Amino acid sequence: MTITLDLAKKSQKVKVADISGGWGIRQRLGCLGIHPGDIITVKRSAIMRGPILISVHGNQVALGRGVARKIIVEAVE
Amino acid sequence: MRIALMGQPNSGKSTIFNHVAGYKAVTSNFPGKTVKYELTKFNLLGRTVELADLPGTYSLTSFDLAELETRKYLLKGNVGVVINVIDASLLGRSLELTLQLLELKLPMVICLNMIDEAERKGIKIDIEKLSKILGVPVVQAIALKGKGVKELFSIAYKTGEEKRIGQTLNFSKDVEEVITQLSTQIKKKQITQEFNVPVRFLALKYLENDSYFMENYKKKNNDLFKETVHFQNILKETHGRQSDVVISSERHHLSMNIYESVVSLTKPHTSLIDYLDNILMHPFLGYISLGLIFYLFFNLIFSVGKIVEEPLLDYFYRLIPLIEKSIDSGTLLFSIISGIIQGLAGGIAIVLPYLFPFLFGLAILEDLGYLPRIAFLLDAFLHKIGLHGKAIIPFILGYGCTVPAIMATRILESERDRFIASVLTTMIPCAARMIIIFALVAFYISPQAALAIYILNIIVIIISGKILSRLLPEITPGMILEIPAYHIPSIKVALAKTWLRMKEFIFVAWPLLIVGSTILSLLKYYKTDILINNLFSPLTSLLGLPLVVGTTLIFGVLRKELSMLMLIQAIGTSNVAAVMSATQIMTFTIFVIFYVPCVATIAVLWKEIGSKRTLFAVAFTFVLAVILATITRFIY
Repeated sequence: MTITLDLAKKSQKVKVADISGGWGIRQRLGCLGIHPGDIITVKRSAIMRGPILISVHGNQVALGRGVARKIIVEAVE
Repeated sequence: MRIALMGQPNSGKSTIFNHVAGYKAVTSNFPGKTVKYELTKFNLLGRTVELADLPGTYSLTSFDLAELETRKYLLKGNVGVVINVIDASLLGRSLELTLQLLELKLPMVICLNMIDEAERKGIKIDIEKLSKILGVPVVQAIALKGKGVKELFSIAYKTGEEKRIGQTLNFSKDVEEVITQLSTQIKKKQITQEFNVPVRFLALKYLENDSYFMENYKKKNNDLFKETVHFQNILKETHGRQSDVVISSERHHLSMNIYESVVSLTKPHTSLIDYLDNILMHPFLGYISLGLIFYLFFNLIFSVGKIVEEPLLDYFYRLIPLIEKSIDSGTLLFSIISGIIQGLAGGIAIVLPYLFPFLFGLAILEDLGYLPRIAFLLDAFLHKIGLHGKAIIPFILGYGCTVPAIMATRILESERDRFIASVLTTMIPCAARMIIIFALVAFYISPQAALAIYILNIIVIIISGKILSRLLPEITPGMILEIPAYHIPSIKVALAKTWLRMKEFIFVAWPLLIVGSTILSLLKYYKTDILINNLFSPLTSLLGLPLVVGTTLIFGVLRKELSMLMLIQAIGTSNVAAVMSATQIMTFTIFVIFYVPCVATIAVLWKEIGSKRTLFAVAFTFVLAVILATITRFIY
């Protein structure tokens, strides 16, 4: 089952299934090591529908809510 | 020979640059602070070489201004050797840029920087194996401590001399086939010369749908455009994904394969600093700490400044009566001498005590890596004014100096965001205006009044942001920001950075201050100031300010702090409170904070957002200043 990344729970480990944004956002996420198939851990989220903090390939990235909504992920056991 | 430092943001290029250049480039712990490149010449093995510190880029695809600038520099074709600086603790991701650089077929050396940080994270890298796979020399370094930098440059120089080029690594077979076929088409059209790039590099950029290269030949070469679309579609059909995703995934997998074959992982050492985020990024404690940090920060500046300002000012103002004894106060000579003394006094007694602690504190916060955390905490709030979290970085830098802050708006992706952020940045009280707030309002009225000005300023910025984002109703692209690991700031580096920023004041602003103050003396001597003051009288009387303030406002456009120093001179006493009421001091300060940005800011705005928008910013801030100051006059 897939969900968008903004709905993932804290400390949840997920795998990127697809990125639904356009060219720019795909490139920008790709540069930070976020491609389909990569494993992401949600570390925390800010209040008031603020950004989420994720960990990917040992590195921390903050993603705005709107950006996270474009990343489609599936849960990893 | 030309050597170019190239690497992903925050990998330590500027730190290496500063080692050879003396302290010239600003380093800090957030991605993307080098927005234009710095050049330096230095002596290497008895020869003069030129070193360029290019803005950090995650890839060679063109989607932001800093990256375009970097690529342009590399493609100009006179770079002797590229030093690819890599944060060793992020090797896997960094290799994606390395692979693209290899495609450019330029002589190259890899610098594995922050090797100590990588070891702490439990990452051990087999240097020889990595060098063999990529076909280029690999040098380890800890740039912050200066380790390995010397060796790096001598190897780089040798590589440049030998014109040693690395390996081009192959992607999956079917993708390679498409690349080869497209390359053949490109070769037929002989179009690579005009870009000065290898065929394979161009073929990849076309498959990645890179707007810069695509635009360029959509107009000129329609056949090739059709071919490209054809090959893009082949990749799309066979992989079920957009062609640019196919290429970036290929690079990603290749990087990961290299990473896995050269890295052995051990248990990471955790230290206390790794737990800092549990407080500083906490949904509740994070905001408390943010408020506390800035409260303490400004309190510190004020207390340090006040201790130093009073005795120094006293000292200087005791000098003038002494001179009066030997030179008649009605003469031209006396006017000039007192002008010079007041200019000197302004610099030493008023500006330096506040400027130094402020810049030093900012340097510490930057190097620690706190700024991106603020972007995370405030993203939701910035969305309310139509921007996103990253915009906080130019805003915070704006409390130092507006010029670099406006340049930092380049980290924002959309033109609209850059425009709004630039206009709002001009309204943030820079260090020069901070001096006015502290030395005038905090000193003569109360520290609480100074704090109130800062709060009012933020409210005005929020409202202006709302207005501007209403006028330009476009959706901000959303924040994607790397949050780097904390680094314990080095006092030496922070002091060097403070000095670099102070130099601007000491060598540019201070002489201007002395000249300005002398000119004012002369104007007074020849009674020309009355003419100028009368010219400004509609404005000064609207704001209820003394007539003599008029002249000082012109100086304020040159440099913001000049208007206060000139004010002290114009009213003829260092005790402002004796001549101006609290209301007048407040009105004056509010007006000076908001009205027309200084000359240097106007120049950089002109370059970054264009003439029309700059004029808009000037008019907007002027009208705002008049309105706010008039309100202050009547309600304070």
